Amino acid sequence: MNLKQQFKEGLITNNPVLVQRIGMCSTMAITTSLFNGIGMGLSVLIILTCCNVAISALRKAIPNDIRLAIFVVVIAGFVTIVDLLLQAFIPALSASLGVFIPLIVVNCIIIGRAEAFCQHEPIGPSFFDGIFQGFGYTVVLVLMCLIRELLGSGTFGTGIFEIVDGALRVSFDGSAAGIRIFPEQFGATILIMPFGGFLTLASLLAAMQYALRKSAEKKEAAERAAKVEVVKEAANNA
Amino acid sequence: MLESVLTISLGAILINNFIFSQFLGCCPFLGCSTKIDTAVGMGIAVTFVMGLSSAICYVVNELLVSLELGYMSTLAFILVIAVLVQFVEMFLKKSIPSLYTALGIYLPLITTNCAVLGVVLLNVQNNYNFIESVVYGVTGGLGFMVAIVLFASVRDRLQFADYPESFEGFPIALVTAGLLALAFMGFSGMQIG
Repeated sequence: MNLKQQFKEGLITNNPVLVQRIGMCSTMAITTSLFNGIGMGLSVLIILTCCNVAISALRKAIPNDIRLAIFVVVIAGFVTIVDLLLQAFIPALSASLGVFIPLIVVNCIIIGRAEAFCQHEPIGPSFFDGIFQGFGYTVVLVLMCLIRELLGSGTFGTGIFEIVDGALRVSFDGSAAGIRIFPEQFGATILIMPFGGFLTLASLLAAMQYALRKSAEKKEAAERAAKVEVVKEAANNA
Repeated sequence: MLESVLTISLGAILINNFIFSQFLGCCPFLGCSTKIDTAVGMGIAVTFVMGLSSAICYVVNELLVSLELGYMSTLAFILVIAVLVQFVEMFLKKSIPSLYTALGIYLPLITTNCAVLGVVLLNVQNNYNFIESVVYGVTGGLGFMVAIVLFASVRDRLQFADYPESFEGFPIALVTAGLLALAFMGFSGMQIG
């Protein structure tokens, strides 16, 4: 399996959230600001990559009957490491994600990739699978955050970007106020609430289904056209 | 005591419903809600496991804290839950085979249900004592059951609904869940005591 194909799978054709439809709890729960989205996405990316490598390295030693228990223990170990690191170095992120960082243990993406990919594949492809699947997850989180934040409270990049004295300031401690696109009272606050999470994810999934269907139809039409061409040619030759 | 139990119960079932306001347990919620019977079975199983794991994990957490191993809690909790689910499965298979067959594959899946680990972590975060933990676990599970049964019965009628083709399947289910969440937001202003 080559890298380009793996990248395409992680981002589009086999995207963990939009196509495999796993890991949706966190996708809907924490996507209220860009800071949360990127923080959560990168945490999952790091944990997923570490777990993929570890499980792939151990794949011949893990007995088949108790593999799920072993996966869970490996995942819980890495999640604890990331959780403690975040508490120490980015306490603001740890506070705003709260219980959802330890809950990465039961995030279906990680156990799903271990089950579907790493227990059969060597370390190299598993490593890149972790990076690309994690990237696909992060992209969906960021998209959700951008939509919910912009329409919900009229800002862009809360926690990361802000404009101070006409200059763009980037910070990574979650203190930035965000760039205001339109006044707050015009925002649909409902999008920041749980309802908005369900609705935004539903719209993204519907958009994805629409795009996949259109591309399938296009392919079918092209195939039909090619077939007609062949028949015509055959008729001409006769 | 009674008052705090009442506050926790109403909070877990209506105001801070695990699914509609905390997004815990969405995977089984969306996955096993196509039929009302399976939804009820799933709800009972989850309630049972959540109550039991709240009780056991409270003791485990006390033990870890007294040994100054608090940082190992996530790992310990998930192991306890995995073992517990396995144990419940074996117990039901032996003594109540009818319930065991009714629950089928949903039982082992509860291990990776984030509502179960979530309730245990929230118990620790909220500093609940033993009784409060168990009450929160059981009522949280009941809240899950209310949500999944309501959702399954709405979903039953979706096949007669007319919606855009692209929303077929999962997206329309999410919109439905969103509308239910909107309804449950009505409880958020409720004050107890």
